[in-house]
Amino acid sequence: MKKTKSRGYLGSFVKSSIPDFGVSIFANAVCTLCTTVLPLIISFAIDSVVGNEPVSSGYEGFANALGGIAFIKSNLWIMAVLIAVIAVVNAAFTFVNNYFNRSGNEKMVICMREKLFSHVQRLPLSRGAMNSTGDIIQRCTSDITILSNFISNQLINLLRIIITIAVSMVFMFLLNPVLAGVSCALIVVIVAVSAIFRAVMEKRFKMCDEQEGVLSACAQENLTGVRVVRAFGRERYERDKFEKQNEYYTGLWKKTGVVTAMYWSSTEFLNTVQFLVLMITGTVLCINGTLSAGGFVAFLSYNALLITPLRELGRIISNMSRAGVALGRINEVISVPAEELGEYEGRLSGDIEFKNVSFSFGEGDVLKDVSFKVKEGSVLGVIGGTGSGKSTLAALLSRLYEPTAGDIYIGGRNVKDIPLATLRGNIGLVMQDGYVYSRTVGENIAIASEGAESGDVIGAAKTACVHGAIEGFANGYDTVVGERGVTLSGGQRQRLALARTLLRGTPYFVFDDSLSAVDNETDASIRENLKEKFGGATVIIISHRVTTVMDADEIIVLEDGKIAERGNSARLVANGGIYARIYEMQTALPEELREAERE
Amino acid sequence: MKPYRGLFVLMMLCELGISGLSIISPLFQSYAIDNFIARNSLDGLTPFIIAYCAVILVSSALQFIETRNGMNLEMTLMRDMRRATFNHLQTLSVAFFNVTPVGTLHARVMSDTESIGSIIVWDGNHGLRHLVYVTGAIAVMFMQNALLALCVLAIVPVIAVATALFQRRLIRLHRRGREINAKITAGFNEGITGAPTSKSLGVEKKLDGDFYKSISEMKRHNLKLSFHVSAFFSIITFASAVTLAGVLWYGGHITAEQVIGIGTLSVFMTYAQGLIAPVQWAILAIADIISVKVNLERITALLNTESDVKDTPEVIEKYGDSFNHKRENWEKIVGDIEFENVSFKYPDGEEYVLENFNLKIPRGTNVAIVGETGAGKSTLVNLVCRFFEPTSGRITIDGKDIKERSVGWLHANIGYVLQTPHLFSGTIRENLLYGKDGATEEEMREAVAKVNADKIVARMGGFDGIVGEGGGNLSMGEKQLLSFARAILADPAIFVLDEATSSIDTITEKLVQDAVEKLMEGRTSFIIAHRLSTVKNADVILVVDGGKIIERGTHSELISARGHYFNLYMEQFREEQAKAV
Repeated sequence: MKKTKSRGYLGSFVKSSIPDFGVSIFANAVCTLCTTVLPLIISFAIDSVVGNEPVSSGYEGFANALGGIAFIKSNLWIMAVLIAVIAVVNAAFTFVNNYFNRSGNEKMVICMREKLFSHVQRLPLSRGAMNSTGDIIQRCTSDITILSNFISNQLINLLRIIITIAVSMVFMFLLNPVLAGVSCALIVVIVAVSAIFRAVMEKRFKMCDEQEGVLSACAQENLTGVRVVRAFGRERYERDKFEKQNEYYTGLWKKTGVVTAMYWSSTEFLNTVQFLVLMITGTVLCINGTLSAGGFVAFLSYNALLITPLRELGRIISNMSRAGVALGRINEVISVPAEELGEYEGRLSGDIEFKNVSFSFGEGDVLKDVSFKVKEGSVLGVIGGTGSGKSTLAALLSRLYEPTAGDIYIGGRNVKDIPLATLRGNIGLVMQDGYVYSRTVGENIAIASEGAESGDVIGAAKTACVHGAIEGFANGYDTVVGERGVTLSGGQRQRLALARTLLRGTPYFVFDDSLSAVDNETDASIRENLKEKFGGATVIIISHRVTTVMDADEIIVLEDGKIAERGNSARLVANGGIYARIYEMQTALPEELREAERE
Repeated sequence: MKPYRGLFVLMMLCELGISGLSIISPLFQSYAIDNFIARNSLDGLTPFIIAYCAVILVSSALQFIETRNGMNLEMTLMRDMRRATFNHLQTLSVAFFNVTPVGTLHARVMSDTESIGSIIVWDGNHGLRHLVYVTGAIAVMFMQNALLALCVLAIVPVIAVATALFQRRLIRLHRRGREINAKITAGFNEGITGAPTSKSLGVEKKLDGDFYKSISEMKRHNLKLSFHVSAFFSIITFASAVTLAGVLWYGGHITAEQVIGIGTLSVFMTYAQGLIAPVQWAILAIADIISVKVNLERITALLNTESDVKDTPEVIEKYGDSFNHKRENWEKIVGDIEFENVSFKYPDGEEYVLENFNLKIPRGTNVAIVGETGAGKSTLVNLVCRFFEPTSGRITIDGKDIKERSVGWLHANIGYVLQTPHLFSGTIRENLLYGKDGATEEEMREAVAKVNADKIVARMGGFDGIVGEGGGNLSMGEKQLLSFARAILADPAIFVLDEATSSIDTITEKLVQDAVEKLMEGRTSFIIAHRLSTVKNADVILVVDGGKIIERGTHSELISARGHYFNLYMEQFREEQAKAV
């Protein structure tokens, strides 16, 4: 079942390239024809036109078509022009072959890249669905290259190779079955020997690859641990360790080199031996009179024609497994079902309600039977310690994860029934560690708000108290940030993420510990700005700081995935529960200061 | 280059031999036809077979030697380059590593060297083969008939013009292709690491679109490149075929006039065709040459990077270099440190972060450095550890400028424990021995017990427990404790600690706290502190903001001053309380 599926994907990648590859295969055939015909014409020209050998039966028709051998002899330019014409055809079709092969390849690659990129972005976040970043990137880059190279460089040639082999074989058998039998028997030996060598070499290559991994890890560790190496003055130890692995790895390859050299020289040896055996047998057959001299020469040239395609065939077969692995790895990514985004249906309105929601990552519940309601236009504060499950609330509302039990409603509609594009388009979620895209600051802020004016961008930046910092950058809003640009501090990144979400102007906002790296003062002024500009929005503020949530209309206190307390700040303080304790701790003065105050 | 000369010479000899033999072997076929078949007898077949077998054997042997030698050369080159880059990296300062991503350096050591090795050897090998062929063919042709040889060489100007026209463009296109490719990889990276954010912002389609722009650009670019390469290829193929036609036409005439024999003409035709392959090879080799040039430039740049912190030859003479410590000449350290009029600015900075800074730190003093993230708390530590040199002024240890003793001596006496502890893959024992080579079982047990890490060792099945890559089998707190044990084994007089900000569970946190106190006992210490208890107990507190030291004093002094420290303290206090919830 898996196999048909993988072929299905491969089919969709290759589909658009088929016309190009078709043209390429055709042009390739013409080129092969030209390169095969050219030596024949040259030998005819030298032997019979310039030289005085009689025209052999095979060339008679050809000579007559050109006006008879006598005419050609007196007009040598005909042959020259003929060669030139073949050259033009060859050059033209070589061009067509190369160009269309490449174009087919590019179409296939762009198809794979596009599909993989959009798929990877839409993979659900649930644990286990994704491998490490490095691994996926490898699948998206080098595996694509391996697969596409195999298809466009080798698979495309398969047809030509098979035809060449078949045609040569047929001609050889027609010329002399005995000699052809000898040739084939020897070819079987050659193929068997090279198959054995290839198997040994593959094993060696694998060993080398593994050792390369060890060496690579050794270097990697040294580089990441450079401070420790320096601190303990262990440069010499590190050098010796690396040297040992380096030497061992080199030694392995050198040993592999012996096998490789044996492979090349022995196949070369067998080929020439095969040639020698054929030559002797052929000579004997000629002398017996069962074979003509011309037939013998022709036989040898067909035999020679056979060697290269056979070698290529061997290569294709041994590369096929690599390409198959690459295809399998790509398919593994694609066959993980992606999220269905659906259409944006416009603004949502109404209350947010969690009804008996539970969630677990597999072992132990993160949230247990949580129910609460956020009235439209009100502010809910969520407070709790690390691991209390407060961030999970935000992820569940945006359906980054699906609850294990219970339901979530917005305006009475189950979020499961709202298309993701609509749901996420209405919830402005700001995460603690929002990603900064590698583009300019301005583009980052406007990324989710199509058609935002620069005035709006600056407005949002001002609300998020990041305008000043941006102005301080070398190119202001045009400064490139992210992976390939300036690095931002934690606080700047958080405020940028905030500005980006505020600009979207969604009816719902969820701030998930999104100002944890911002100092208290700035935090306070941002909250002030928010109240002023987004007073009508429905907001959930998640934090571990009491000051951040204390102005909320209602506060829920999460402990071990359960709601421990709820109410407004004043009531919760009066209740004397967990919230009161947190409040006390976070607003209280340290012991010695209290004493100082008293004095 | 010297050590490779022998291998290169051998490669050349093999090539000569193989090329020579490949010219001889077709002769056997014509001999068989002319002598046995034409005469209709098998006389002399035995010597013929023996001669042929000899050629086959020699040829196979040469083939074997050549391949083996080539791989030897390739591997030796790679090994030596890896060694050179790796060893050079060991001598560079920590400052260099702060600004250069590990991935980049790793690529220098591993992949750049690999591509240089294989391209130089195999392209060199093929280049040589083609060169031998071209030179040989040209020589033979001129010996036979100079005029006809010139006729064949008429192709050279065509190739030259075509190459001149295409080469620069091809080089530019190849360069640009690399750039776009890097952009695509970065795009994939963004798509994967940024996925949670992209989902919550609902920007998947926009990113799809942007990415599609990059890959379309790549496609257009590659087609353009392919167009040029194919055109170049076809022009050369065409030119050489025209040459062939010319040779046949002119050669046919002079053969008819009996200036040359028919055999000579056929040889010329063979050569005229044989010249195509080397040229086609050269076109393809351009891409390799460009990439190897880039690789070579990168490696050269790395090898030419000098450490910011370097010992003078006199110091090296006495104390040894990074690989060979002359411990016999090392003085024992007491641990008095003094900053004397130290001014400092970072190499890439414009502003002085320290100006005429003076501080006396007698043996056993605990210095705590506090400030917000990014305020520049590491500066002092960087200077004491000599990761950077002061711009002016001097730092003395036991009254002697630290520059007058080697970096090796200094580092052997400073225990530096990082914010994110780094363990090497391997066993706990190997990691502990990193602190003190040849430490006894007893010493290790003592050190581990002192920092409360004995339970971890027991859990991991003793000192031979495997910690995994980067200590992955252990929790953050456990890694910290083991790195403390390692530092204790090293028994440094000066102790530098960059306290972890990352949250670890309360119980481990307490253990870490105790361990830190044990480590500070009797040692001069610098602590970049995040925990209030550590700060409060310090002898001197330095408050850093905007890169500069703005306050200094003891805890009670600074609290009553109600300055920056006071605010910082209050904030940290609340933060800790919040975490305790």
